[in-house]
Amino acid sequence: MTTRYTKDHEYIRIEGDAGIVGITDYAQSQLGDVVFVELPSIGKTVKKGDEAAVVESVKAASEIYAPVSGEVVEVNSDLEASPGTVNEDPAGRGWFMKIRLADQGELDGLLTEEQYQDFVKSL
Amino acid sequence: MAEPVRADEPLLKTPLHAEHVALGARMVPFAGYDMPVQYPTGILTEHNWTREHAGLFDVSHMGQAFLIADDKSHETVARALEALIPADVLNLKPNQQRYSQLLADDGGILDDLMVTRVGAPGHEGWLYLVVNASMKEQDYAHIEARLPAGVTLKRKDDLGLMALQGPSAAAVLARKAPAVADLAFMMSADVQIDGIWCHVSRSGYTGEDGFEISCQGGDAPTLWTALLTDPEVKPIGLGARDSLRLEAGLCLYGHDIDTTTSPIEAGLIWSIQKRRREEGGFPGADRVQREIKEGPARVRVGLKPEGRAPAREGAVIATPDGREVGIVTSGGFGPTVNGPVAMGYVSKDVAATGTDLHLIVRGKPIPAKVAAMPFAPHRYKR
Repeated sequence: MTTRYTKDHEYIRIEGDAGIVGITDYAQSQLGDVVFVELPSIGKTVKKGDEAAVVESVKAASEIYAPVSGEVVEVNSDLEASPGTVNEDPAGRGWFMKIRLADQGELDGLLTEEQYQDFVKSL
Repeated sequence: MAEPVRADEPLLKTPLHAEHVALGARMVPFAGYDMPVQYPTGILTEHNWTREHAGLFDVSHMGQAFLIADDKSHETVARALEALIPADVLNLKPNQQRYSQLLADDGGILDDLMVTRVGAPGHEGWLYLVVNASMKEQDYAHIEARLPAGVTLKRKDDLGLMALQGPSAAAVLARKAPAVADLAFMMSADVQIDGIWCHVSRSGYTGEDGFEISCQGGDAPTLWTALLTDPEVKPIGLGARDSLRLEAGLCLYGHDIDTTTSPIEAGLIWSIQKRRREEGGFPGADRVQREIKEGPARVRVGLKPEGRAPAREGAVIATPDGREVGIVTSGGFGPTVNGPVAMGYVSKDVAATGTDLHLIVRGKPIPAKVAAMPFAPHRYKR
């Protein structure tokens, strides 16, 4: 299973021709308590770097950018009732959306786990 | 807005700075100070702890000062301050505190503040002021430029200030200073806590029962640590301070009130006592009296968005048919309400409680109703 990261602290975990998108543990710890998540509609086409979702903590709203281009094929509607899952289990139950990749080649431009951890350490 | 901080200017530190760092707080710049926005448990937990137990807040960044009449007359100092604010200062009893606003000549609000008639023996003719951190330099300059001869402003930058707020606050503080148990809301007393001189008032800005405690800055860390040893008390940062005051329907200067808003528009008429409403004699009295009589064109209201999405400061308020009628001045998630809450100014014709409005969030209208404030009931000691 391959997971790639962005410098905006999104991850995408590749499952076949699609990827599960969420935010990293570092991101959730920086945001603080998540109280609302606005998810895209299923079927929406996003381009890499587009605003794909919004996550609201008690303090502020933050945009979540699509790490790759593609079509949103599934969203985690459990987050509507339990947005705090993003804090509790960002890499697991706190996922945001599943995107069917338009171009597998875009993954090459993302960070590996090791590169991302080094990036976080540099912050 | 908080006064702009020059990037090359080092942030100021309160006397409790080292305590916050040791507690693992996330520190952020606020009004020129390096302040704790939250401790490791996070804003939601801190908010709820304050509503259920007792939260301890460092508010030492706020400006503390005395206004002193040379002739030791309360009337002299009261009249000097009444020329700048619309509250009745003259009839304050010793140790009584009032909330008020420094007003500009056009009735706009320069800052909001707390005023106490000092009750300590030998301090007749003294008023104790607490002003906002972000505004204190302007406030002090404004006040000093307008004082009559024989009245002086004495800044007390050497004092620390903390707030202990929540349903357990009275029991916690009374264990250390039994006299505070009998203090009524907006009354104050000078007490010793663990041998430290403290000026304690039964007040705060969370909607909960509680106290604000002023002491020498050098004593503040000892007092802070002593209060935190009580299992009912946890430290609370600026993040929860904001969500608590928002749920309590209380104004934040620079957001809900500023030089463009009058106290009547802001719904602060309760802070202008009858004698002042009738007599005037404060800056902007013409406007304030006119707005009392005729009603202001716009008013601050509470707003309860439907659903879960918070509407934040700056969101446009519209009628369901798309007419712009106002703007959100504070908004976010209310942990006690367990949903989004906001306040803002709307034109008078749509200000009635229950009116259906839209809040425009990220370009999309979110249905909301005008709601009575506070969102979380006040639990002051009356």
